[in-house]
Amino acid sequence: MRELEKTFEVPIGPVHPALKEPIRFTFQVEGERIVGVDVKPGFAHRGIEFMGMERNLIQVLYLAERICGICSISHPIALTQAVEVAAGIEVPPRAQYIRVIVSELERIHSHLLWAGVAAHELGFDTLLHLTWKVRERVMDILEELTGNRVDYAIPIFGGVRRDIAPEQYPKIQEMLRYYRGLFEELAERFLRDASVEARTRDVGVFTPEEAEALCAVGPTARASGLRKDVRQDWPYLVYGDFGVKAITPEDYGTEVRGDVYDRIIVRLLEVAQSMDIIERCLEDMPEGEITSIPKVPALLAQLKKAEGEGIGRHEAPRGEVIHYIRLEADKEAPVVWKVKAPTYSNLMSWVPMFRDQEIADIPIIAASIDPCMCCMDRVHLVRNGRDELVWKEELLALSREKTERIRSRVTRYASRVVDHGGGI
Amino acid sequence: MSAVSALWQGALVLFGGTLLALVYKGFDRKLAARMQGRIGPPIRQPFLDLGKLLVKETVVPRTAVRWVFNLMPFLALVAAGTVLLYLPVGPFKPVLSGYGDVIVVLYLLALPAIAMALGGFASGSPYGVVGAQRELVMLMSYEFPLAVVIVALAWRVAGLGAGPAFSLATLAAQPLWAQVGPLGVLGLALLLVALLVVTPAELSKIPFDIPEAETEIAGGLMVEYSGVNLALFYLADAIKTIAMAALVVALFIPYGISGPLGIGGIGGQILDVAFFFLKMFVVMFAAVTTVRVAFARLKVDQIARGFWIPLTAVALAGLLLLVLDKAVVG
Repeated sequence: MRELEKTFEVPIGPVHPALKEPIRFTFQVEGERIVGVDVKPGFAHRGIEFMGMERNLIQVLYLAERICGICSISHPIALTQAVEVAAGIEVPPRAQYIRVIVSELERIHSHLLWAGVAAHELGFDTLLHLTWKVRERVMDILEELTGNRVDYAIPIFGGVRRDIAPEQYPKIQEMLRYYRGLFEELAERFLRDASVEARTRDVGVFTPEEAEALCAVGPTARASGLRKDVRQDWPYLVYGDFGVKAITPEDYGTEVRGDVYDRIIVRLLEVAQSMDIIERCLEDMPEGEITSIPKVPALLAQLKKAEGEGIGRHEAPRGEVIHYIRLEADKEAPVVWKVKAPTYSNLMSWVPMFRDQEIADIPIIAASIDPCMCCMDRVHLVRNGRDELVWKEELLALSREKTERIRSRVTRYASRVVDHGGGI
Repeated sequence: MSAVSALWQGALVLFGGTLLALVYKGFDRKLAARMQGRIGPPIRQPFLDLGKLLVKETVVPRTAVRWVFNLMPFLALVAAGTVLLYLPVGPFKPVLSGYGDVIVVLYLLALPAIAMALGGFASGSPYGVVGAQRELVMLMSYEFPLAVVIVALAWRVAGLGAGPAFSLATLAAQPLWAQVGPLGVLGLALLLVALLVVTPAELSKIPFDIPEAETEIAGGLMVEYSGVNLALFYLADAIKTIAMAALVVALFIPYGISGPLGIGGIGGQILDVAFFFLKMFVVMFAAVTTVRVAFARLKVDQIARGFWIPLTAVALAGLLLLVLDKAVVG
């Protein structure tokens, strides 16, 4: 008898209903079981870093805000911190509180958005509509505080652009009460629903060892039991005062299994944690200036004189986001700007998660790390008008070439760029 | 019944059934939307969808087996329409009937699913193939409990010796609830539960919509269908929905309203037909609309396991109780 081919390929993406952004998975499938997966990113590469290195820092801030539509405060917070370190600019306490409040509001809206998407991937549209309906409340508050539902334009180097007025406090508190009252219902719908549990328990398991080895970040790592959170490990802004603790499924009273269900638990608990932080902020927030350099021309002048490098990190809803910036005097544009978005770190966690799962699990596992492709895409190789793949050696050679190119932009401190033989 | 009047009645049933199927689909979508906190489409949306699909280009993929691909939508629609002809409409006898037509209906109900699976295999798309495999697994899962339910009822009615056995007309004319003892009532209730659980699976609706599973396989066996072909499948699905609802009504709640109210003649018949439509609507609402907003989509192995063991057990228990009841009541 002729040997029949046992596996066949199921391509998912770059355009597929399960994906909200473009990426391509090629699954090797035996019946319904996945035996292998190949992930190809690079469909949403926009060259934002390159654009930023041609513009002044205020313009870079606008670009950073637009790296991601959902983490649209996380990237500016990381960037402003990097620049403030590089240029030695102080941030008044009140501004730090406002940054924290808006970034925690963002976490609430982002996690609720994710929960709705997850429900949709499970084919549970009722839950999607319920979740997105209650999410409108935090969107209203964000609009009330910042004027925008996305791209809040709040942080600026040295502070924030808008104050929170006294009459807005009760509105925020009322929103917190609204979500506190809803929390039990959301937990009931997501964590104690038999059909959700049937689709997420022991699906897409990601062990703590794998999470550690693959450097996963954010809720993806925490759901596997790693107590890893920038707000806890490297406190910044005023997070140190609140004693933020990384949340794992153990805080819900269940053992860590590292499956999709655990990722739901962690994100739901983080919504509650964000509400606690906002509440503390509203109580503790001191009066005072909201920015140390209110005039933009004066700020630009000071930034132009600045010389040095800085790293800013922030716990975005999806995990740690890092911005690196290098400034030189008399240059308006940053000499080097490097962004590392959380999905970049979480990308490889898909490979162990998909192992031995079923085709039916693909959408929910893909969504479970809450991927953001446009944040993460850094490379897209086109040669002779055609899409190409490169292997490790060639990628390394290309990376070194790019490092050399960037190094040629750096006129001072050139020797301090460490030659570690890589870095894309 | 002369051939001409049969033709005339058949045309009426098919036309009216199609109309009713699309209206009910509109209600189903509207009600589901309201339960999800959405506004939902207008009731006439299915008509608009169908009209739109009929004027769209019908694309056949280059990798498809053309004649199978094009034939299957017709087969599905014809099979679904034929089921309608075997169903009693309220006080009226079915257009087609005869000895053993229940078995024919059982096969006709399976035919659209098989047609869709073949169409999926013939489409040459990996999504279509996965969807088709799932459709066949589903078919194998729900057919047994469904057959148990229908055979149990038909067998019990045959024991009463009224009319041709295994005929839907006889089943509808002899509501079993009043004919059996307490054990039998319990058995019938179990069979009804089994049939109501099979209904959304038969119709591939959430939580059993895995052959199409939009977020997983992008529409599965429907993925390559477009234009007229898709319109035919759409219509077959709508008709199958009301056929299933009418089947549940005919088997378990074939009661009229004109008798108890004491209205006779044409008025009574109109009232009975209206009541029949209402019962169908209630069945559809309970077994399809509510269910599809209340659950997440299950996986193929979960469905197969659920139908093969617990649901088959329920249906067999119902059958066993009917047998025991007959032994007691005689």
